[in-house]
Amino acid sequence: MTAVISAAGLARTFQTKRGPVEAVRGIDLRVRPGEILGFLGPNGAGKTTTLRMLTTLLRPTGGAATVAGHDLAGDPAAVRRVIGHVAQSGGVDGQITVREELVTQGRLYRLPKDRARERARELAHDLDLTELLDRRTAQLSGGQRRRLDIAMALTHRPVVLFLDEPTTGLDPASRADLWDLIRRLRDRHGTTVFLTTHYLDEADALADRLVIVDRGVVAAEGTPGALKLQYGGSLDASLQDTFLAITGRGPSPADAAPVAV
Amino acid sequence: MLLHDTALIYGRYLRQSLRSRFALLFGVLMPLLYLLFFGPLLTGLPLGGRGSSWQLLVPGLLLQLGLFGASFAGFAIIIENGQGVVERMRVTPVSRLALLLGRVLRDATVFVFQAVLLVLAATAMGLRAPLPGVLIGFAFVALLTVALASLSYALAMRVRTPQEFGPAINALTMPSMLLSGLMLPMTLAPAWLDALSHLVPLRYLVDAVRDAYVGSYTTAHMLYGVLVAVAFAALAVTVGTRVFRTAGA
Repeated sequence: MTAVISAAGLARTFQTKRGPVEAVRGIDLRVRPGEILGFLGPNGAGKTTTLRMLTTLLRPTGGAATVAGHDLAGDPAAVRRVIGHVAQSGGVDGQITVREELVTQGRLYRLPKDRARERARELAHDLDLTELLDRRTAQLSGGQRRRLDIAMALTHRPVVLFLDEPTTGLDPASRADLWDLIRRLRDRHGTTVFLTTHYLDEADALADRLVIVDRGVVAAEGTPGALKLQYGGSLDASLQDTFLAITGRGPSPADAAPVAV
Repeated sequence: MLLHDTALIYGRYLRQSLRSRFALLFGVLMPLLYLLFFGPLLTGLPLGGRGSSWQLLVPGLLLQLGLFGASFAGFAIIIENGQGVVERMRVTPVSRLALLLGRVLRDATVFVFQAVLLVLAATAMGLRAPLPGVLIGFAFVALLTVALASLSYALAMRVRTPQEFGPAINALTMPSMLLSGLMLPMTLAPAWLDALSHLVPLRYLVDAVRDAYVGSYTTAHMLYGVLVAVAFAALAVTVGTRVFRTAGA
């Protein structure tokens, strides 16, 4: 089966005052259509930088990638038309109403005015925001805000949805709702979901396949079960232990200097 | 598409301005204070210009309004960057140039509106100037704000924090104000100061608008003013567009 996202040697080096910093050193990856891919890694591993490259926000300094058949470097405009992206910070203005943000988003995707209004109503209905349409976005709860962010990203029925730590800061009930929403999206519309997360239970529960990055390269990939078996020692291993085994960020070794008491 | 997108972004930010009517009026406050408490000091002084002291002062205050207002336009985008609004829009197919132009045209609208208020107040204080001259003055305010707001947004996209942005802007606006003869004409200045002030683009705009306010439309000052204003705006929009195209990249 063809991949909906494929990247080869995707890299990004930032030029800083203290010399070049290789945030992403070379990511190879393939994501199948309709897959929910969990993109994991320790802080600073290059998750967000990779995501920003795949969503056209940041130009790669090396390698190549295609998203839904469009070349990332050659035709970023075409990539933008088929992807949705929810950044960690969301991206709505607190002073603007839910309705206005949704309609404007539709217009940014070049929907005619009437169609944009209609689409805003549809999205509000699908994401349980109908009652909130005339509220300013600053008045929404964390979970409601997240649903709005996702609604915005679904405006144009994207082939691939990128989610950057979508459940950070949400209460358990809102997290569970969001997981259901993501599964429903994939099941009903076949949307490919590429999500980064710090929560291993989230990755375990939601992702069909995991890609674990460390220090700017892919350290391991596979289904949660396969990774547990290979790196954790058994299927019953926790994803936490597996993750630590892969990234080598476990407890400090025995011969480390003793902590002063 | 550029037109469609620019209109869309313009509408979004114009509604934002209209929501904060207080800020809309507050922008006129500083030049208005100059008009009320500084303007009367000049009425009896030999300033060397033609016409009344108001015809000298008001053009300066109009451009001061544009200078201080538009230079700080970038603050808004620093806040929006924090909220992720700019990135969210940059993931859509929207024209990058429209993201800049829509904002800049909104700013021009707001500052011309404030300029109209200022001229009305000045008229009450005793300003008498020909209508075409007054309209030319508004056109210069529009050009100046387009130029400065573009540069301000470009800088704000680069520096990212208000702590860096504020001092940088202050360091540029204060000398521009003093060296362009905004408050008092540079014809009063010693030769070295007059020469120095010719290095500041704003100087040419001030001279042109002062000519317009006394009904002289075909002077060398006017020619240089138009050339400098148009060139400055074109350059600034080019710089701004470049930054908006590659921001983050």
